[in-house]
Amino acid sequence: MKELLVLAEHRQGDLRDITFEMLTKGRELSQALNADLTVLLLGHNVKGIAKKLTDRAKRVLVVDDERLRNFNAEGYQRVLSHLLSERKPLLTLVGHTAFGVDLAPSLAAELDIPLATDCINLGFEGEKLVVFRQVYEGKVNVRASLRKSESYIVTLRPATFEIEEVKPLGGEIVEIPSPPSLSDDMSYKRFIEYYQPPAGDVDITAADIIVAVGRGIRDVENVPVVEKLAKAFGGVLACSRPIVDKGWLPSDRQVGASGKTVKPKLYLAVGISGQFQHISGMRSSDLIIAINKDSKAPIFRTADYGVVEDLFKVVPALTDRILEEKG
Amino acid sequence: MDIIVCVKHVPETAEADVAIAEDGKSIKTTELVYDINEWDDYAAEEAVLLRDKLGGSVTAITVGSEEADSTLRKCLARGADRAIRLTDEAFEGSDSYVTAKILSKVIKNLPFDLILTGAQASDDGCAQVGVVLAELLGIPHATMVKKLEPKDGIVKVNQELEGGLEEIMELKLPAMLAIQTGINEPRYISIMGIRKAMKKELKVLGLKDIGLTEEEVGESGSWIIVEKMFVPSVEKEAEILTGGVDEIATKITETLKTRGLI
Ligand SMILES: Cc1cc2nc3c(=O)[nH]c(=O)nc-3n(C[C@H](O)[C@H](O)[C@H](O)COP(=O)(O)OP(=O)(O)OC[C@H]3O[C@@H](n4cnc5c(N)ncnc54)[C@H](O)[C@@H]3O)c2cc1C
Ligand SMILES: Nc1ncnc2c1ncn2[C@@H]1O[C@H](COP(=O)(O)O)[C@@H](O)[C@H]1O
Repeated sequence: MKELLVLAEHRQGDLRDITFEMLTKGRELSQALNADLTVLLLGHNVKGIAKKLTDRAKRVLVVDDERLRNFNAEGYQRVLSHLLSERKPLLTLVGHTAFGVDLAPSLAAELDIPLATDCINLGFEGEKLVVFRQVYEGKVNVRASLRKSESYIVTLRPATFEIEEVKPLGGEIVEIPSPPSLSDDMSYKRFIEYYQPPAGDVDITAADIIVAVGRGIRDVENVPVVEKLAKAFGGVLACSRPIVDKGWLPSDRQVGASGKTVKPKLYLAVGISGQFQHISGMRSSDLIIAINKDSKAPIFRTADYGVVEDLFKVVPALTDRILEEKG
Repeated sequence: MDIIVCVKHVPETAEADVAIAEDGKSIKTTELVYDINEWDDYAAEEAVLLRDKLGGSVTAITVGSEEADSTLRKCLARGADRAIRLTDEAFEGSDSYVTAKILSKVIKNLPFDLILTGAQASDDGCAQVGVVLAELLGIPHATMVKKLEPKDGIVKVNQELEGGLEEIMELKLPAMLAIQTGINEPRYISIMGIRKAMKKELKVLGLKDIGLTEEEVGESGSWIIVEKMFVPSVEKEAEILTGGVDEIATKITETLKTRGLI
């Protein structure tokens, strides 16, 4: 029987959402292919996590080893290249996350298994594996096929596949020993520690109303234009990544994959294009309004309301209107 | 410290009209402005900063057409010592895997302690080339690097994870690091600066010079082949508020009032 592997992603003792997203898509694919869906879990002292995964797959393969305690692409790759060579799964799913991006390309290159990264959908058409991806900053979609092979690796874009509710499957946990290649001399790359930058004075995750500013603001001197609107609302000012990169706002104001995840009652995005790394941090907001002069900006695919206009015209007008309303 | 920085010449699309070309597999490029990939700008700056601190050299490399010279010239103007462009008709249709293969063939014959790439290219967004390159060269790698400190044959890096968390790792040199934005402040490169750097070496190499066959590059050597490009269908289209600016402001205000947000 063909096998479809999902590589579980976990950090500091918790499974990450992407694992469940992959399992949702993986289940759909395995049914269409009539293949076994197997989860692969690497780590140390991961019994609790393994148990949770048995709800969603018939088989959970566990490699439990002190040397896999913290993620290190090198150690993980050694175990995975051994397992993939031995099992030859038709497809291995990995998250397109910091973890997956560090791991999947070198694994694929070592084994010469065709890889497609950051996919938003995939499926087999007969023998052919077809994937969908986004290019040109989210403005264009690509349909692509992979070179014919007995095995494939695909990384899935996070926050793209809705996690389905399932009846617990009660799958089995199968412990497998670490391969000899996971020797003690993994001295190429060494994990030292986690580092959490100190929290700032504003917690944007607690705000009901967020007005977020993006690169469309052009200059640090213009930031107050948007800040005034945030104030008029009695909300907080947040931003996309380039604004933090440029040092215009502190990093605790950044919304997105590498910043904060927020869920306010109102999220107003100003001059933000809507790359998936930004969207994943704000897509669950109750109401999303976007102001962007480009009608094709991907942000309009996530927003409830859109304004296609120059922010320098709309934002001051809106600020005045809100202040008027509030008296 | 000898540093190699891989840079890509990409179209700026965030604010441009992007249309699909006749072949249905690419975009119309004539109207687009090209520049160095945003992530590579940070990588090139980091390379030059390190070289200035530690001595050694910086070599900028690209796989691309003649137009990509402007991106290489920008790197030279920033302070890179030399540049290499890899160009061949046979490279047409190459994916990230092939790009990494091509780069590896050239880089393996150069002296280097560090290879820097961007975390991703803004056009294809694969986030692949650097890591594949590291594997092909048999050296360790780290991605999303926000901070780096080389010392005594080792480089200590901060790798960015999700939600602001970072992990600190140590890698043996030589190593490949994929650079994340925000690691430095890329200096502004003036036209004058670019002119001044015109005298610096820019070498052009093709398929024959690098020891790969035609089958190993282009579509035939690739893992992934583009079948079609299209403008995505809008699953959930925003309701676009129209009218004059004041009208729009009123519409938003009314909407928010009915939801109790004002
Ligand atoms: C690993 C990784 C993690 C990342 N994490 C994050 C993250 O956490 N958060 C994040 O935001 N990004 C993140 N990014 C970066 C992300 O890929 C994008 O580069 C970024 O979100 C773009 O920010 P932006 O929309 O402000 O800028 P751009 O994409 O440049 O968009 C600017 C927008 O402003 C509009 N505009 C310009 N002028 C005007 C005007 N006068 N009026 C109205 N509109 C105007 C333009 O039409 C355009 O749509 C990450 C990237 C990587 C690789
Ligand atoms: N054609 C190219 N020439 C040189 N370097 C490249 C090329 N394509 C990608 N890279 C490098 O690899 C990084 C990741 O690209 P990608 O895997 O395409 O997202 C980029 O930021 C560049 O540093």
